[in-house]
Amino acid sequence: MKFNRLILANLFRKKARLFLTIGSFAVALFLFAFLSVVNDAFGRGADVAGADRLIVINRTSIINTIPLSYRDQILRIPGVKAVTHDNWFGGVYQDEKNFFPQFVIDPESQRQVYPELVVPDDQWNNFLKDRDGAIVGAATMKRFGWKIGDRVPIKTTLYGLAGTAWEFNIDGVYHGKDPKDDETQFWFRWDAFEERVPERLKGQIGWYILRVENPDDSVRIAKAIDTMFMNSPYETRTETESAFAAGWVKQFGNIKFLIVTIGTVVFFTLLLVTGNTMAISVRERTPEIAILKAIGFSDRAVLGFILSESLVIAVLGCIGLLLALLAVPVLSRAMAGLLPALLISPKVLISGVAAALAVGFASAILPGLGAMRMRVVDALRRV
Amino acid sequence: MAAKLLFGIIITLLAILALVLVVVVIGGILAGLLAPVLGSVPISYNFRSIRARWTSTIVAILGIAGTVGVFVAMLSLARGFRATLVASGSAGNALVMRAGSTSEMMGGITLDSVKIAMDQPGVARDASGQPLATQEVVGVIPIPLISTGTDANVEVRGVSSNVLEIRKFVKIVQGRIFHSGLDELVVGKNASKTYQGLTVGNTVNFGGGQWKVVGVFDAGGSAFDSEVWCDGRILNEVLKRPDNIFQSATVHLTSPAAFQQFKDAVTSDPRLNLEVQREVDYYAKQSSTMTRLITVLGGLVAAIMAFGAIFGALNTMYSAVSERGREIATMRALGFSTWSVILSFLFEALLISFVAGVLGCLAVLPLNGWTTNTMNFQTFSNLAFAFKITFDLLVMGVLFALVMGVLGGLLPALRAAMRPVAVSLREL
Repeated sequence: MKFNRLILANLFRKKARLFLTIGSFAVALFLFAFLSVVNDAFGRGADVAGADRLIVINRTSIINTIPLSYRDQILRIPGVKAVTHDNWFGGVYQDEKNFFPQFVIDPESQRQVYPELVVPDDQWNNFLKDRDGAIVGAATMKRFGWKIGDRVPIKTTLYGLAGTAWEFNIDGVYHGKDPKDDETQFWFRWDAFEERVPERLKGQIGWYILRVENPDDSVRIAKAIDTMFMNSPYETRTETESAFAAGWVKQFGNIKFLIVTIGTVVFFTLLLVTGNTMAISVRERTPEIAILKAIGFSDRAVLGFILSESLVIAVLGCIGLLLALLAVPVLSRAMAGLLPALLISPKVLISGVAAALAVGFASAILPGLGAMRMRVVDALRRV
Repeated sequence: MAAKLLFGIIITLLAILALVLVVVVIGGILAGLLAPVLGSVPISYNFRSIRARWTSTIVAILGIAGTVGVFVAMLSLARGFRATLVASGSAGNALVMRAGSTSEMMGGITLDSVKIAMDQPGVARDASGQPLATQEVVGVIPIPLISTGTDANVEVRGVSSNVLEIRKFVKIVQGRIFHSGLDELVVGKNASKTYQGLTVGNTVNFGGGQWKVVGVFDAGGSAFDSEVWCDGRILNEVLKRPDNIFQSATVHLTSPAAFQQFKDAVTSDPRLNLEVQREVDYYAKQSSTMTRLITVLGGLVAAIMAFGAIFGALNTMYSAVSERGREIATMRALGFSTWSVILSFLFEALLISFVAGVLGCLAVLPLNGWTTNTMNFQTFSNLAFAFKITFDLLVMGVLFALVMGVLGGLLPALRAAMRPVAVSLREL
């Protein structure tokens, strides 16, 4: 580390240039982090999908219902551990902009199929006793400042007279075990729902979610379910939760392609800019490099100096990642109803640093090699 | 109290700063563009120095061009999405839905209600005196995407057979419309490009039946272009909806001005529980969430990239100035004024950024009209739309490039001109 002084001195000779190059790195890394976070948010459903869960929907249309009576038949299939059902409620809390997903759940079986969404036992027991009870995800509780015991009105849009408020008592909060789990859902009870819906909609659920003993059995069980209900008035379509989620994500269009394209454009540009800056800076210092060589520093040492300078800039540019770390939670809250929670993972940070170092290296290597090979005599003549 | 005052001061300062910045940028652009006239440094100097330092110039150009390209692409994506939904519908049509519904997917209205609504004043009639109204059933069905092979929820609309007389902006471009009572489909032009199997003569399987595609329609780039239409009564059976219940009705008004009259008549009738909107207004609202998302994300990305491009441009220009230190000093020693030197540099920066802006725009132009698709949360259905690059967007892109050029070139230009001549001449 005896050359620090030399390297630092060289870096600081043109402060504006140093600041701007670090700035370029910082901006590129911030963008990289932001794009990764958005890409991850879009694909979130697929990440948390259970490997041992299957989803059963109506084959004709996802918005069509399936009879509740199918449940017992599904339970009898060997290999099925537990079955629960959900309905999409789609209500409005005060304003459409306050969107969060509301599901009608079956309290008896919910926890067996979604063990990773944890509710403290005492809250769950209260929920089991309260017909108008509701369990809310931690994120939504925080968003609206609700507390356990609050009575919340949700206006119905799909069931009964549109605009009527259905009121629920918040009996508990659920937390996901994994930071990626969705904590925005609002659950209320099937019996409360069943009582209020019009006659022709009674006994109909939106979709089944089942848990299988062995994920390898998924294909067999899915086929068994669909065959069982083929040619009935409500034909089913069963697939694993991850396949379902992946299909859902794909409907958003090729976001990944878009993001990868932008990311590539940005990094390529960054490489050009920093490469050019390094080249100019080396060209300016030709006489000095020549003198360094003349006094005895080896060619390799000179290459080392130039590479080190560039890498130091790259590391300092990682401040962009720090900025992203601070900005992402703010952005996430600002876009609460539009996108799932934005999370920045350690993988993103590490890839960012690695990419920065790679660009730092790549941009300095050509000028560095040029400086390494420079003949002292020629260089001194160019003063 | 103190916090509010402080906040107020900060906002005022920021506003002043923003104003100063705007003035500087506009001034810079004007000055730079008028440099050949105002300044005395010949522009051939700029051209020659660009040629002499072509690598740095290419770098700056690519940096700015890349940013402009992304900026224009993102905005045209949002525009295309919005244009699709805004173009949907005509001012001469009114949409009738169940009161309190926020989208067609929800709610149901009875045939009786529709019949009463159709008889209200303001509804146009056809040659035989029948009211021009179509009662519709809307649903989503899974059809695989051509791009990924996985299913997308495609909007299927069951309409009345006289739908083309009501939606006059829809034209059949291939084949014919379905015959009422038969399992036939007519598909939108974007739908046939995005989902598998939607070509004339092909059969599509859904709802336990085989449907024959008999025609393709062009709905002027609106949301309808992503839809599949068929006979409403058959769809009702397939989707297991109760008979004689529809999701919406669209009436053709005698004139756009008749809207208020029609709306008042329908909403004041005690037998009906309906709400009335202009077709265009309904579709504009359907796009609001998704447009907001795309615009916010796109805007953020473009803003971040702009910062990067400005840094890059600044870097390049500063380096250019430091390399040309002796040239600048020589020019000033020869007698060119400081002002002329500044103008000359500004001109060069603007020239570079103008070329970069045009290049960036040209690079993304092939995207225009390219269809892509996404899911519209509000209607739960897939929507195919096209990138829409308009002339004003291109102009905005080039202006954006010029702004980046000015911001990148002004400070170095000032620096170049202000340095004492003797010091610059002395530099190695």
